[in-house]
Amino acid sequence: MNFELTEERRMLQDGLRRYLRDTVTPALIDAATEDASGHSDILWQGLAEMGVIGALFSEDDGGFGGAGFDLAVVFEEMGRAGAFEPLIESGILAGGLIAALGTGDQKALLEDVIAGGSILTLAHGEPGSRYDLAHVETQAVAGDGGHTLNGRKAVVVGAPAADRAIVSARVSGGVRDGDGISLFLVPLDADGIEMRTYPLNGGGRAAELTLTDVRVAEDARIGPEGGAFDALEAAHARASAAQCAEALGLMESIRELTVGYLQTRKQFGQPIGKFQALQHRMADMLIEIEQARSATINLAGHLDAPRAERERHVSAAKNLIGRASKLVVEESIQMHGGIGMTMEYALGHLAKRLTMVDHRFGDTDWHLERFIRLSAA
Amino acid sequence: MDLTYTDAQKAFRDEVRAFLDERLPRRLSDKVAGGKRLTKADYEEWHAILNDKGWLGVTWPKEHGGTGWDAVERHIFEEETTRANAPRIVPFGLNMLGPVLMKFGSEAQKAHYLPRILDGTDWWCQGYSEPGAGSDLASLKTTADRDGDHYVVNGQKTWTTLGQYADKIFCLVRTSKEGKPQQGISFLLIDMDSPGVTVRPIVLIDGEAEVNEVFFDNVRVPVENLVGEENKGWTYAKYLLTHERTNIAGVGFSQAVLANLKRIAGLEMQDGRPLIENALFAAKVAQVEIDLMAMATTNLRVVAAAAAGQAPGAESSMLKIKGTVIRQELNHLTRRAVGPYALPFVSEALEDGSNAEPAGPDYAMPAVQSYFNNRKLSIYGGSNEVQRQIISKAILEL
Ligand SMILES: Cc1cc2nc3c(=O)[nH]c(=O)nc-3n(C[C@H](O)[C@H](O)[C@H](O)COP(=O)(O)OP(=O)(O)OC[C@H]3O[C@@H](n4cnc5c(N)ncnc54)[C@H](O)[C@@H]3O)c2cc1C
Repeated sequence: MNFELTEERRMLQDGLRRYLRDTVTPALIDAATEDASGHSDILWQGLAEMGVIGALFSEDDGGFGGAGFDLAVVFEEMGRAGAFEPLIESGILAGGLIAALGTGDQKALLEDVIAGGSILTLAHGEPGSRYDLAHVETQAVAGDGGHTLNGRKAVVVGAPAADRAIVSARVSGGVRDGDGISLFLVPLDADGIEMRTYPLNGGGRAAELTLTDVRVAEDARIGPEGGAFDALEAAHARASAAQCAEALGLMESIRELTVGYLQTRKQFGQPIGKFQALQHRMADMLIEIEQARSATINLAGHLDAPRAERERHVSAAKNLIGRASKLVVEESIQMHGGIGMTMEYALGHLAKRLTMVDHRFGDTDWHLERFIRLSAA
Repeated sequence: MDLTYTDAQKAFRDEVRAFLDERLPRRLSDKVAGGKRLTKADYEEWHAILNDKGWLGVTWPKEHGGTGWDAVERHIFEEETTRANAPRIVPFGLNMLGPVLMKFGSEAQKAHYLPRILDGTDWWCQGYSEPGAGSDLASLKTTADRDGDHYVVNGQKTWTTLGQYADKIFCLVRTSKEGKPQQGISFLLIDMDSPGVTVRPIVLIDGEAEVNEVFFDNVRVPVENLVGEENKGWTYAKYLLTHERTNIAGVGFSQAVLANLKRIAGLEMQDGRPLIENALFAAKVAQVEIDLMAMATTNLRVVAAAAAGQAPGAESSMLKIKGTVIRQELNHLTRRAVGPYALPFVSEALEDGSNAEPAGPDYAMPAVQSYFNNRKLSIYGGSNEVQRQIISKAILEL
């Protein structure tokens, strides 16, 4: 048993923490939020240069890591800084799917992705799909040496920053069938794609995509015709691990801010941290954050386990992180008083970002039910 | 024991409902129901409609142009108006300053200010909190020094709700540094357009600048703007707080939020079925509904005691805590109900006259912003921690 990070991972962690602390300033957050792309080029290039995007891919795919604990190290630091670059979207979801399913030619694109030259995203969720990964209404009709795509994609995070998206579409089966889903790599400026972009709670931007008779060539398909579901689920397991680690980093930052505030804010002639009512709640918060760390470790350590075991850990971690996030958000704001309600103080952005964790890749209760089903199987 | 209203009270309720049917503009109730931001003009429009009917001074006696209603009638009015999605009555002039002036103000102050509160001439804001004085309000530092027939005010107030709309601010200021901190506080009325007053808006986590900082730099205030006696302001402030805590349970608000939550959960589909049919989600909604049913009765018990002439004391602390916990849980479930469409934040779409369109269903964004905004409920009006202190001291005598 050993819960220490390897030497390489510790170096990555130290370097990244220092880099992000110096780079992700309130000014950078504001600028990235206001930029039409919803991200920061400077930060993205910096991350690429440090090898952070590469750390999400295995050596076989041109990266320098790719294991669960590499993701955990990277995303805990991203969370700690409150950064909102499209790393999950480009590196883990779209990039990960190309790595898992792509042909040699298709994988050649990963070099540019790892170097920061190309940003990808995954356009999978739809207006009615909520958290169901099998729910795909967008249609792909084969013919003329390619496919024609029609449909709508919802809340495509990172789309305004991306040049290409992997779009999921149904070639056969019913709306909620796992079978019959294909993936296509599509330039976002392709004819027939209409993109409505908007900012997000917690930072960054997303878009609603409408696809009207979008033509894609045969070599745009990533993976087998109609057989993308398993890879989609595996990519979402990795994305969930990254998101849990990010949530953990956010919680750690919030904990530091809140403890610091309890030590310095004085009312009734003493630091409010001297009030036992608040001490006990801060202690409870710490316990839940440690639980969140363990849940994240559990998941990161099981990303390569057989599907049933892996997915059980996905749901366990997402359920626990969902509960811990809510507690940390609500308690930290409450213990700050009025100042915790403002966007002028660092807590505001971090708390909003942490709240949104429960609105992607399945929420607390959705995963609780899924955990029960997976455990019974 | 009788849980029902008397015939007279039922008739009154029907009268309120008929009035709301007829006079509450659809434009306003749609905005409230849809979670849109209300403008100053929206509030003023609703105030004027109520005033026209003689129903604006809800807590005021008849002699000052109020309704003269008892606690049960006030409760019925509050419940019906919130359920009908009427804009809230802005409390600062009507529920806070008005009662203080009636009890402690001079005849001249009553004659001058009270009618102006009712007819909307003056929009008041509340200047209590300071950066260093929140829960420990008595530690406030803004000073008012006597100079001939003026006070000269220096310092800063903060968290001033809707101060950007206000013509006037009622302030707690320090007029003496002798004795206990509570003893040197006075209650002063200040014109917002006096030279030396500056207002800076503060954007909250829901994206709206609902509160402000208000700075005072050598602001000259005529001595006749002092309410009551110098250095007695703390007594008046405490009196005001008991009024601030009427309708603290927010039962009507919670009922409106619950109805909206059920509507949304009926529209949202999860794994092929309406979310409201999901057993786990339905159980959570039911749990809050059960709490709310009981709290409505707790609230009525306090209302009945008040109608019988007992001043609401520490009981209102219980209502404040339970009422805010219930509202916040309802807001949480509503946020959760909207799923991935909780992410988009098109702030302008909540503003009047904006062409910006929300992403996803139109109920999604207000659901999320209400969740963020209503974190305030357990912070202001005496935080829930402070309320627990009051309960443990005043009721439990611990
Ligand atoms: C949206 C909003 C609108 C507001 N509008 C107005 C307004 O119009 N006018 C106005 O004057 N004020 C207004 N306020 C201010 C409000 O009254 C204060 O925020 C409140 O009194 C708490 O003070 P504080 O924010 O300084 O927090 P603090 O008093 O610093 O409290 C921080 C934390 O410590 C806790 N705490 C403090 N003392 C104790 C104790 N003894 N034991 C245990 N815990 C304790 C608190 O409960 C809180 O959790 C508003 C606040 C908000 C958020």
